[in-house]
Amino acid sequence: MTLSFLIYKVILVLVIFAITLLVATYSTYAERKIAAFLQDRIGPDRAGPFGILQPLADAVKMFMKEEMIPSVSNRMLFIIGPGVCMLTACMTGVVIPWGPSMNIGGTEYPLQITDLNIGILYLFGVISLGVYGIMIGGWASNNKFSLLGAIRASSQMISYEVAMGLSIIALVMTTGTLSLGQIAADQPGAHWNVFIQPLGFLIFIICAFAETNRAPFDLPECETELVGGYHTEYSSMKLGFFLFAEYINMFISSAVISTFYFGGYNMPFIARFVHDPNWLAVLGFVFLFTKISFFIFVFMWVRWTLPRFRYDQLMNLGWKVLIPLSILNLVVTGGWMMRMEIYHFFIK
Amino acid sequence: MITTYLFYLLSFLAIMFGSMVVLSKNPVHSVLYLVLTFFTIAGHYVLLNAQFLAAVHVIVYAGAIMVLFLFVIMLLNLNKETEPHKSIWLKASAAVASGSLLVVLVGSLKGASTIQSTNAFNPNIGLIENLGTTLFRDFLLPFEVSSILLLAAMVGAVMLGKKSIK
Repeated sequence: MTLSFLIYKVILVLVIFAITLLVATYSTYAERKIAAFLQDRIGPDRAGPFGILQPLADAVKMFMKEEMIPSVSNRMLFIIGPGVCMLTACMTGVVIPWGPSMNIGGTEYPLQITDLNIGILYLFGVISLGVYGIMIGGWASNNKFSLLGAIRASSQMISYEVAMGLSIIALVMTTGTLSLGQIAADQPGAHWNVFIQPLGFLIFIICAFAETNRAPFDLPECETELVGGYHTEYSSMKLGFFLFAEYINMFISSAVISTFYFGGYNMPFIARFVHDPNWLAVLGFVFLFTKISFFIFVFMWVRWTLPRFRYDQLMNLGWKVLIPLSILNLVVTGGWMMRMEIYHFFIK
Repeated sequence: MITTYLFYLLSFLAIMFGSMVVLSKNPVHSVLYLVLTFFTIAGHYVLLNAQFLAAVHVIVYAGAIMVLFLFVIMLLNLNKETEPHKSIWLKASAAVASGSLLVVLVGSLKGASTIQSTNAFNPNIGLIENLGTTLFRDFLLPFEVSSILLLAAMVGAVMLGKKSIK
């Protein structure tokens, strides 16, 4: 590992971190604009042209607000809660391949921070830790609404992680690798995994909605029943961190869905027109971000279209619909992969 | 060289967080320290080149089991008043018993440096391909038996969780 390689990695980490924060910031703007569009309103249009500076105004407002820590709460854990939320949200971007490798002066520069050979498990581990921020914050607030929100969040996340894991196992069976770089590289042109695993994709995207606490699964912060859910007692930028972590999670989920099922940085027919690896890398990055933007739009579209589930409906969907469906998907995938063996077994 | 330092750092943190689990007054703090202990143990697995085990350890223990622990403890609302009080005789006998156990452990581990492993350690065994091959080729029967055990435990848990059994 040479020094230049190390410097390259540090720059890549910083760039991806900056892009993650930028995309999450402008997702808040996009959410307001899309909500306005779906409700036949105009949306924010005061700050800058078309309200483009609205996220900056929001950030300034968040930082400038008075900070309140309830006197009876557990001060230390109250502060750690939103920090853990933000940390786990930012950690997942590490294993996502943002484009094919660049080749400058005969040296390969991968557009992926690290290609772990257990990339999917790493991702899954970090997602499963995401619930701690909400639970710690909700409990330390010493407020019954916060505690109820935290408990809803944790039980919802644990329930949907099972179905999510089972749908990923079917994907791993067909791709034969746990590395995200390899999964993206194995889907050249239009050989996207969504055509091989349509049911798996459907289960995965539903679980992704539940894991990010987005509507129609936003019961942990359901205003009509729980005031603000787990962040009722939070104010100022601590509240901002909780809300911002949700947008980062949405961005990362969209990136993961694009990489797993929609070819990542691959695009049909592009290999016919572009041959230079550097241009391919740049175009791959653009394609990936187009796909990510589309999925972020889907997240918002669903939020402003569908009403919220009732809690028992949520649990029924998770345990009695999604888990049996994902097990069925697993069995069918395995049966299809072993079709020649099964055929020979019954012929002979 | 750096792995040696990491080993000592992780061991120190593991022991420190482990003692904090016992010493914390607040059960929620104990659970959170236990989660940190699991992280340091996962770090040890990574040092042994067992990445798969490290990832699964974090997913299963830190990500699922400890969340359930936290869940239950938050709902129970444990505090000073509900804490059970032990008599002084019980405390004294516990101290004597654990002290004797310490003596036995020290005595049995005195010559531990001379113990040699009979099978050569394969540093690549923890990588996922090798682990899968070993599990499904050399240890297929134990693997399947343990999966049946887990299935039985799962069915049992569902049966116990039912409100009424007809």
